[in-house]
Amino acid sequence: MTTPKLQVQNAWKSFPTDKGEQVLAIQDLSLHIQPNEFVSLVGPSGCGKSTLLMMAAGLEMLSQGEIRVDGRLISGPGPDRGVVFQTYTLFPWLTVEDNIRFALKKSGLSRERQDELVQHHIRLVGLGEFSQAHPNQLSGGMRQRVAIARALVYRPQILLMDEPFGALDAQTRMLMQELLLEVWQADRTTVLFITHDVEEAILLSDRIYVMTARPGQIKDEIVVDLPRPRGLLETEGNIRFTELRRQVLSLIHSEAQRAMSL
Amino acid sequence: MAEAPVPQPHPRSRLLELRHEIPRQYYIGAGAALIALIVLAWVLLTTLGIVPHIFLPSPMSVWQELIRQIQMRILWQDVSASLYRITVGWLLSTLLAVPIGILMGNFRFFEGLFEPLVDLVRYMPAVAFVPLTILWLGVGDGQKFAILFIGTFFQEVLLIMDNVKNVPLDLIQVSYTFGLSKWEILWHVILRAAMPGIWDTFRITLGWAWTYLVVAELVAANVGLGYRIMRAQRFLETETIILGILVIGVLGLITDYLFKISYKRLFPWVVQSR
Repeated sequence: MTTPKLQVQNAWKSFPTDKGEQVLAIQDLSLHIQPNEFVSLVGPSGCGKSTLLMMAAGLEMLSQGEIRVDGRLISGPGPDRGVVFQTYTLFPWLTVEDNIRFALKKSGLSRERQDELVQHHIRLVGLGEFSQAHPNQLSGGMRQRVAIARALVYRPQILLMDEPFGALDAQTRMLMQELLLEVWQADRTTVLFITHDVEEAILLSDRIYVMTARPGQIKDEIVVDLPRPRGLLETEGNIRFTELRRQVLSLIHSEAQRAMSL
Repeated sequence: MAEAPVPQPHPRSRLLELRHEIPRQYYIGAGAALIALIVLAWVLLTTLGIVPHIFLPSPMSVWQELIRQIQMRILWQDVSASLYRITVGWLLSTLLAVPIGILMGNFRFFEGLFEPLVDLVRYMPAVAFVPLTILWLGVGDGQKFAILFIGTFFQEVLLIMDNVKNVPLDLIQVSYTFGLSKWEILWHVILRAAMPGIWDTFRITLGWAWTYLVVAELVAANVGLGYRIMRAQRFLETETIILGILVIGVLGLITDYLFKISYKRLFPWVVQSR
């Protein structure tokens, strides 16, 4: 077996509350993502899926356990991992082009090489005409496309996406999913994708981890055996898609119910 | 497909819709009309002799006082002395408030270090420091700077701390993922993002500084707009008092306007929201 791109080993995470007690957010969670794999993490609200992603990004410390990227233990954030947040994280004073270039600040690449990469990634997300626009001139979907380009431009080993389309309207969301599929099929960067949208997870992923209600653990793992390349219209009405959807939904449903009755 | 009729609010009521944009001429016209109305009332009250001259001089006599002060170069001396004091006093306050406010906004340690002291002094009235500052620094410009500093700094530093804290945490976190160090993030991200807010803080604190300038000049000075007002009180020269107040108002308005104009030039990328 090859070394996983991302390996989470017996991760625990607890937070102190205002009263000084400890709340357990994640309990003994292990998962792995193989190179070129697109893996989604779904689960009921508050199950700790975003916390897990922040730990993988190196922006939150684990209480116990370890996370490895390419076999190397991570100790903080680094350019081997690209992160796309749910909120808009573009720098409002920079143009689209300069926002993407900002991610290359520490790359040590020549100016020419940087320009090449920036232009390539602007085209990749279809924003060629908007390279000189500022974020306040862009729609929500366009801003997230810039954020994706910016996270890919320094060519990280793995892309960590925390509900990147969560704040978008349904139609934009649909187009963004297709765009992400296209972008991913082009270079097959390894992806960890957090979502609460089951259909989104099935459409995009090779594998789906379903988490339990808090404290978050892996409840089940589902292999999405739908052929690629996929599209929204191809999967619509597909029997296997419907089966998978029912399977994942029922897992989340029972966990959500359990969370409510706690 | 039949088009559904879009309900239109009555045109006349549109001037008073919640957060609704109105034609520019109404916006400017309303403000000009209110000032015109007050001036008109002033003219009527004085020319009809409803209020005695000693309580409220006519606009004409204030105008004559303005001409007199310009001709005798009194106005120029007062304005330049006051502008000098306010500039130096406010700059002293700002040069300290900016770095300390930035440290307080970014590092809990510095917040814990400075906030109790700042909060304590903030509630001490700057005016009450006038006798002490005279005792310590004499009656020269140094004492004026001190009053301006005491009045401005302790508020300004807290505003700047808030400007810095308003920078979204996500912008900082995403910068960490690009491999930037905390100092690089402080310089390239936090300061850049906080700049528009800090610029607004400059505008607001400079407005306060005008108040403290007059306070400082009222007591011990022999030139300056505040001094002129104080001296006029002794001789019941109400037109000089009103002129002094109007001049300060206009100077304040001009600085405010300059800050607003430069804000739009410097930060065109700020999302305008109403």
